[in-house]
Amino acid sequence: MNTLILRTIAPTLTSLMVIYSIIVLLSGHNQPGGGFIGGLIAASAFALYGIACGVGPVRRALYFHPIAISGFGMLLAGLSGVVSFYKDVPYLTGLWWFPKFSGGIEVPLSTPLFFDIGVWLVVVGSLVSIALALEEKD
Amino acid sequence: METYLSLIVGLYFAASVYLLLSESLIRMLIGVALMGNGVNLLIFTAGRITRDVPPIIAKGAASAQVMGDGAIANPLPQALILTAIVISFALLAFVLVLAYRAYETTGTDDTAEMRLSEPIEPAHLPKGY
Amino acid sequence: MIGYAVLTPFIAALFAPVLVRLFGHWAAWILALVPAFICYRLVDYIPAIAKGERVLESHAWLDGFGINYSFLVDGLSLTFAFLIAGIGFFIVLYSGGYLKGHKHLGRFLATLLAFMGSMLGLVLADNLITLFVFWEATSITSFLLIGFDHERMASRRSALQALIITGLGGLVMLAGFALMGIIGGTFELSELFTKSDVIKGNELYTAVFWLVMAGAFTKSAQVPFHSWLANAMEAPTPVSAYLHSATMVKAGVYLIMRTTPILGGTDLWETVLPIVGGATLIIGTILAVRDTDMKLMLAYTTVASLGLLVMMLGVGSDRAIEGAVLYLIAHSFFKGALFMVVGTVDHEAGTRQITKLGGLRSAMPITALAAGLAALSMCGLPPFLGFLAKESIYHALSHGGVFEWSLAITAIIGNALMFGVAASIAIRPFMGRWIDPPKSVHEGSLMLVLGPVVLSLIGLVSALSLSFMQPHFFAPMISAVAGREVPIDLHLWGGVNTALVLSVITVGLGVAVFIMMPSLRKSFDQLLTFIGWGPDKGFDQAITGLTWFAGRFTNALQTGEIRTYMRTTFLITALALLVPMFVLNIWPQAPEFPKMRPWEIGVFLFLTLGVLQVVLARTRLTAIVSIGVQGIAVALTFMMFGAPDLSFTQFMVETLSVVILALVLTRLRLMRIDRRSVGAGIIDGSIALGVGVGMASLLMLVTQGPLDLRLSEFFSTHSYAIAHGRNIVNVILVDFRALDTLGEITVVLIAGVSALALIRVRPSGDSTPGAKDLIQSDPSTKEASS
Repeated sequence: MNTLILRTIAPTLTSLMVIYSIIVLLSGHNQPGGGFIGGLIAASAFALYGIACGVGPVRRALYFHPIAISGFGMLLAGLSGVVSFYKDVPYLTGLWWFPKFSGGIEVPLSTPLFFDIGVWLVVVGSLVSIALALEEKD
Repeated sequence: METYLSLIVGLYFAASVYLLLSESLIRMLIGVALMGNGVNLLIFTAGRITRDVPPIIAKGAASAQVMGDGAIANPLPQALILTAIVISFALLAFVLVLAYRAYETTGTDDTAEMRLSEPIEPAHLPKGY
Repeated sequence: MIGYAVLTPFIAALFAPVLVRLFGHWAAWILALVPAFICYRLVDYIPAIAKGERVLESHAWLDGFGINYSFLVDGLSLTFAFLIAGIGFFIVLYSGGYLKGHKHLGRFLATLLAFMGSMLGLVLADNLITLFVFWEATSITSFLLIGFDHERMASRRSALQALIITGLGGLVMLAGFALMGIIGGTFELSELFTKSDVIKGNELYTAVFWLVMAGAFTKSAQVPFHSWLANAMEAPTPVSAYLHSATMVKAGVYLIMRTTPILGGTDLWETVLPIVGGATLIIGTILAVRDTDMKLMLAYTTVASLGLLVMMLGVGSDRAIEGAVLYLIAHSFFKGALFMVVGTVDHEAGTRQITKLGGLRSAMPITALAAGLAALSMCGLPPFLGFLAKESIYHALSHGGVFEWSLAITAIIGNALMFGVAASIAIRPFMGRWIDPPKSVHEGSLMLVLGPVVLSLIGLVSALSLSFMQPHFFAPMISAVAGREVPIDLHLWGGVNTALVLSVITVGLGVAVFIMMPSLRKSFDQLLTFIGWGPDKGFDQAITGLTWFAGRFTNALQTGEIRTYMRTTFLITALALLVPMFVLNIWPQAPEFPKMRPWEIGVFLFLTLGVLQVVLARTRLTAIVSIGVQGIAVALTFMMFGAPDLSFTQFMVETLSVVILALVLTRLRLMRIDRRSVGAGIIDGSIALGVGVGMASLLMLVTQGPLDLRLSEFFSTHSYAIAHGRNIVNVILVDFRALDTLGEITVVLIAGVSALALIRVRPSGDSTPGAKDLIQSDPSTKEASS
């Protein structure tokens, strides 16, 4: 699909979609969204970029191999459960912290957040790797 | 509302089974894709249908109800389906690639002609111990 | 304590290969310390057991099911444990000498030790399930031992035969144990002893009896299960000497002894066991006389001896039990010694054919001495333990009616034939004219002669030291088998009585058999050739039949046509959905059709049309677009009914699906028409319709019924309170059921890796041959390129 319009807007569209996917990921705990949806949005973004501009630029943009990203996500999700052991609760129990920063900004941090980020990475990595591999084959 | 969706689920299953019974690899793949949706709708309907109200606890409220007035949609089937959608998609992608490679290797997309692992002449029985 | 002692051989087995690598065959001396250590620990129990006590030890295992890792030490199990560990000590040393320099000596010793541990566990177990586990462990380890020389087919066949016969028997026995445990209300033998009347009175007693005896008869090689024992002679001699003297084959006898107080004393018991045992005794001796291979001769006399033991236990009187116990102990020593003697002769002279050996006494004096001592015990001559045993047996059988006397005659014939065999093995190879053997003969090494000499001497010493052996071993064991205190009074010389007269007759007949051995052998051989069929052949026929049946069955099921598989699967799905509704006459109630909002009608129409269009699509573009349409309609459905998360996900997935489908389908051709014939189309259509109608009806049924909302209720109530999240679906995914999600993302990752591997990994040269090339080329290239 070597159209000029698509090629021109693809980088911008992709970056917007990735940013949006991260917003969806982070707001997922209270509004519709989360790791799965966010991951799918980002994966579509990269697939689109690949279709428009070829696989090479996508791989350069990602820097890491998509499967490595996926693996890292898996590791992150798995490790986020390990924190529970230090608190003597079952594996993957959700734990929360509410650290306050200067200016009265409270940032809620939790193990489910990191778990969800892991989910996001796994979905993005796996799907992008399949899509890119298929696009590459020509 | 469940009645309509039950009929649609039936249609999904009938269509996907019909496609899966084909000997053409691509039709089977499409059947797999359809069946995924059919199953998701099945779970969704079995968890009962609520119009409009998503399973999100309103700002200010501490909890939500799944029964009675002001009930939210049943969150449990949704959680099941959400992962099911992603997994069935991953499966579909894998099966597509598998079919593609099988096509490349055997040169046909007719399952009746793909007999590499189960050749027409029956396997030999072992003799002795 | 005893529970840990049982485990030590298994632990030692782990180190055996390393030790052999470090020290060669000298490792046997180190490993022999294990059985020696066990014997040393067992000595502690002797005083208590001699007083008639019973030591119990229990470790919880599967508590709720009444299954414990529990042990029972009494006269029976202690004597058995001594035999297993004591003879095991010499066998380990003998193995070191016999397989010196063999490349798999380490593996052999490891298996041998594991077998020893299993055997110890078997005889010491109190819990029936523990007993069963060790019982099957002996089957498996003996399979490995018999098949040690696995490059020969005869070995593999024998090993498999032993495993199948004893393993199947064990499984049947497990059923018997389960029944016994259910009837008695406990799996502990020590408690079942008191429940004897309950079990014997139960209507299922007959079933329990046959099931348990199936285990005992197969393990102890009773007719018609005797063929595995003789075939097990394919194993290296140390295995034969161990398995067929004190251990494996005695396990069945042990089980009969152990269950005598629970199941014994009934008419069934006193009829079946003597008949089976008697038949085994006669058939075993006939087969023994027929053979010329000394190892096989001994193997068949082992069958015969086991028959004698079963017969005596079936009679079940105090004197009969006494005879069985004494004979069992005597047999363990003389048979172990004789097997090792034959092994040594085979090892040093290069043959074990009795007709090709003679005059070896000058070359192998110590071995000859051991053979002589052991054979004297086997012949039942005074003052050996075998004599005591035989006296008790005759004493028990000569005090009864016609049935007992017929058993006595059976015993005399059997013993006379065994006498002949024993005398032949002790005399023919060592005495008489020198016959040049295949190898230059010299005396075996210390490791090879130690076992036979000591074991054959024990057969003499234990009879002479009766005043010590009787109260410490014989009496407790007899009482344990009988299940109560039995007064016994053994003497080497009890005056002239019926038993002695029968013994004299036996010896006379035995000498005659020895002299007439060659002609007897010939006539027995003719008889057996005339019959021409035996259980051994039957086993082969059964296995061939089974393979044939399995092959036919597999070929019938595995047609290789995926359509057949799919049709079967979905036909059964449809039947599973519809048949219960027909049979139970449960149908959905007349459905309600509530009023729909206009956009709902629109979305449902989209869904229906999209699905139909997918089925009817003739070009791949239509198909892809239709899939997209129905997918988006599904997403809209989710949106309308309160599932925004699902809706977004579905939208994204549909987008990606279309992309990936497009990428793949552009490379595959979609047949313009579905090439199904009309007939096939009707069949497929009916099946599809069946599944569809079934699913729709099921779903209506389900939605018309009540719904259990407890889980949803819990999540909705606690989502914000506990997990600080307002989106309940997301909270379920990442918090409440995070472990499930972890599994699911693993699936996604695996799918990704596998797909990537399929695309990227190719055979070198990237030449992808077509199907025809592949089918014509040979299998090895097929493997490489697919």
